[in-house]
Amino acid sequence: MRLQNFTKGLWTELPVLRVLLGFCPTLAVTNRAENGLVMGLATTFVLFFSCTLISIFKKLIPHRIRIPIFIVVIASFVTIVDYLLAAYYWEMHKVLGIYIPLIVVNCLILGRVEAFASKNPVGDSMLDALGMGVGFTLVLVVLGSIRELFGFGTIFSHQVIGKPYEPMVLMIIPPGALLSLGLLLGLMNLIRDRMEGRR
Amino acid sequence: MKYMFSVFFVAAVLNNFVLTNFLGICPFLGVSRRKGPALAMSGAVLFVMVIASIFTWLIYHYLLQKYDLEFLMIPSFILVIGSLVQLIEIFMRRFAPRMYDVFGIYLPLITTNCAILGVTLININRAFNFHTALVYSLGAGAGFGLAMIIMAGIREHLEYVDLPRPLQDIPIALLVAGLLSMAFQGFAGTVALLK
Repeated sequence: MRLQNFTKGLWTELPVLRVLLGFCPTLAVTNRAENGLVMGLATTFVLFFSCTLISIFKKLIPHRIRIPIFIVVIASFVTIVDYLLAAYYWEMHKVLGIYIPLIVVNCLILGRVEAFASKNPVGDSMLDALGMGVGFTLVLVVLGSIRELFGFGTIFSHQVIGKPYEPMVLMIIPPGALLSLGLLLGLMNLIRDRMEGRR
Repeated sequence: MKYMFSVFFVAAVLNNFVLTNFLGICPFLGVSRRKGPALAMSGAVLFVMVIASIFTWLIYHYLLQKYDLEFLMIPSFILVIGSLVQLIEIFMRRFAPRMYDVFGIYLPLITTNCAILGVTLININRAFNFHTALVYSLGAGAGFGLAMIIMAGIREHLEYVDLPRPLQDIPIALLVAGLLSMAFQGFAGTVALLK
């Protein structure tokens, strides 16, 4: 087990911003930081258990039908998350709506299962899945915080900007998601270019 | 009739699948660099979307609901979509090789396209009847195509623009999509006029 498998998900292979996967949920649910956090945790849950299970049984899975098997495993864990959220966090389940079942087609999960968990030992796969999940959650929370800050003047529903602030509705409606993610991605590329230039 | 038209209009323009619901963003960003591939991808998506909607609707109402198996909805839908795509690929290669040449390479990508699974889930969540589901999926596919073609048209011109390096390709595509999405927000409220 190498710790590097965990940390790469937080910077060098940061989902969404460095590895361009999983845009749909990132754009769709980040109008509040809390929504982003729950979505990120749900995805992490699915990612962690799918990667672990598939890594354990990787020798038993026939190579030719591996993709359908991966998808069924992922879909089963997504069903579990869907029912858990419906049972214990009904309000959030209503807010996230069809984006919870759509975790199945989040390319990030299938990508990690196919590229990493089906080829590496269980311990490494668990670390890899956790790192990617935490990185993904981080991105969603950051984007959600930016949009909530400008759109409502709050972060995690705590008032940050005082009352006279006129909320920028643009940030919480769909165009705001695309614009803020585009700028965030540009900023990320700028930071990467600067760091590579210095080396 | 009027109701069906408003269902189509809502799916295609008002709640555009890509620009408002953020379904199918991956192909929207990945295959919209040129008009030709964008058009072919949209055709393939529209085709699979309608067929997948028909099959999943029938499976949900006549199989899952009948035997209290609703909890199998997510795995069964994604498997149905995956096998449908495979079947369509085989049939197309056999009976419409020229169509296969155009759409073929995009078909496997469609299995994990969230727009397809999204439309089938919305059909069930909003309890659409069969006809509404059919029209809704047609509208969703048309909306996807609309967004793809506008985007491809803009991106062909973006190649001649001298952009700062960090903004090139995907970031600028997202910003352009943001402006497009803003334009589509202008349709809000028009559905009240249709009623």
